[in-house]
Amino acid sequence: MSLISAENIQKDYKTGEVTVKALKGLSFEIEPASFVSFVGPSGSGKTTLLNLIGCLDKPTSGSLKVADTDVLHLDRKESASFRGNNIGFIFQDFNLLPVLTVYENIEYPLLMVQSVPASERNKRVNVLLEAVGMIEQRDKYPDQISGGQKQRVAVARALVTNPKLVLADEPTANLDHKTAYMVIDLMKKMRDEFKTTFIFSTHDQKIVGEAEIIYMLEDGELKGTDVKKGVGNA
Amino acid sequence: MRNLFKIAVRNLLRYKRRTILTASLITVGVVFVLVFISISGSFKNMMIGQITDSMLGHMQVHKKGYVASLENLPLTLNLKPEEVKRLEAVLDVQSKVEAYSPRIKFGGGFSNFAETTNIRLNGVYPEREFKTVPLLSSRIIEGKKRIEKGEIIVPVLLAKGMNVNIGDTVVVVATNKDGSVNGKQFKVAGILESAVGPGGRDGYIHIEDARELLRMDEMEISEIAVRLKEFGGLNRFNQKLSGLLSKEMNSQGKPAFEVHTWEALSPFYNIARMIDVMTFFIKLMLIAIVLISIMNVMIMAVYERIREIGTIAAIGTLPGKILSMFVIEGFCLGIAGAVIGNIVGITLILILNMLKITFNFGQQQGLILQANVNPADIVAISVTVIIVSVIASLQPAFKASRMEPIEALRHV
Repeated sequence: MSLISAENIQKDYKTGEVTVKALKGLSFEIEPASFVSFVGPSGSGKTTLLNLIGCLDKPTSGSLKVADTDVLHLDRKESASFRGNNIGFIFQDFNLLPVLTVYENIEYPLLMVQSVPASERNKRVNVLLEAVGMIEQRDKYPDQISGGQKQRVAVARALVTNPKLVLADEPTANLDHKTAYMVIDLMKKMRDEFKTTFIFSTHDQKIVGEAEIIYMLEDGELKGTDVKKGVGNA
Repeated sequence: MRNLFKIAVRNLLRYKRRTILTASLITVGVVFVLVFISISGSFKNMMIGQITDSMLGHMQVHKKGYVASLENLPLTLNLKPEEVKRLEAVLDVQSKVEAYSPRIKFGGGFSNFAETTNIRLNGVYPEREFKTVPLLSSRIIEGKKRIEKGEIIVPVLLAKGMNVNIGDTVVVVATNKDGSVNGKQFKVAGILESAVGPGGRDGYIHIEDARELLRMDEMEISEIAVRLKEFGGLNRFNQKLSGLLSKEMNSQGKPAFEVHTWEALSPFYNIARMIDVMTFFIKLMLIAIVLISIMNVMIMAVYERIREIGTIAAIGTLPGKILSMFVIEGFCLGIAGAVIGNIVGITLILILNMLKITFNFGQQQGLILQANVNPADIVAISVTVIIVSVIASLQPAFKASRMEPIEALRHV
């Protein structure tokens, strides 16, 4: 059964009198535990699509189901709750909270979103700190660690709630090549370990190659799909 | 909740200078209000104390209609012995009454045999009067601090003007309620310091002398001054006594008595009210300071943290929790300002009291400023500051909680 099912989704933006069609009738399905990338030039609709899948925005038309939930009809509070329980986010600029330590940043969704008991929180955060290799830096603040380390913390934060899906919008854009590969490898490793679906957008052709399923976007349309050998059809 | 506080405090400490400046502004406001309240309150209490404890008593009971003609000291509106008896029967069983003093008040001529002038006199039972207005004895600046039959306590300005000294003989002439004039010699036993307010320049004689001078067949009383054990319970007791006395009727079936607290008898009540009004406006200023400073700092905080708000909203933080985060920040700022302000304010008040600053009130000089602040005021000011801080944070916090995560994440 698909984790994400999109059918003819369109997204229009109004800029004054002009309507911009950001997405033009996209249909696709993504299976659980996939490692998927949306690629395309700037303005192709990658971020718009990730925002729709992540319930941060709603399509103008079409149908979109994420984890068996029709996300079109969720209100503001339900959307927040759905995101908190089903989706993890990794941002281009890491977006760690500067007043929280590495440990507290990872702990945040468990504490403030899911209200998980302390012992369980501690266990899950420590597992992820180990997994992303940040246990030594657990008490450091974001401004005391490097960009690559920040993104590792962001990966851990995205995974700590055991989401079905992690969305990463240009997760390597602010990292050097070596670190970018490390982060992608880490994401893959996490997918293997936690069976979480990872969807990331990128315009870096080398990074794209790391994805198992690649959706090519151009001008808001799906121009092609590339499925690596050994991976089920998307 | 503990974690919300932790995040709020850390965010406040993140912008240390701004937080310190805002907390300082609130602190200054709280200090200013506390010091003002303590000084003005001290002045007000001293003024009320002087008026009630040296002249008026806490409250007075008259024959119905007497107070409307108070300036004339109408002898025709005196209480008859039978009415006094009924009144005393009521007062004697009141546990809250410490003392009461019947008085005959009248105007007359005061002569040193060479010159004559007007005088207002109180005929009193000395012991009862001194119990009812305990500061009266301290106003007798020369001579005996008691009043015996045949003696008069003369106000200082009159004594000076008429060149009268302790031990001199004077004559008081008065017209009684039937219009006949009578005179009586008195020996000057004391000189009375002037006090501000009605009755502040009255002389005192023994009540029996007043009765004799006014040729009363039976003891008639102009007023009964009442002193309560606790001044704080004045208004409640006033209501109770008014209720009890409203049942006492005269021969025409109308209420026989009227009860007034010092507030209705002294123009200084208006000054006390003015002090209260000024205090109210000072408190309003504090509210404005807290409101504007907290609102300003919280608007800045929200504006500077739009991307953070977007992040926490995106990862599923509910709008209510985002609202709480910012409200708690304002709350913490308010608490900090209130606590530091109270500590600094109380320290300043203690220093003021140690300096023993003196001031004058009317004819009385060298009164020592005793700035006191009521714990209830400290609580009220602190609660006000904290509530206003929370209210001031609400709008920016609400704005933060209503932000669309997608818009907030795009913010540069």
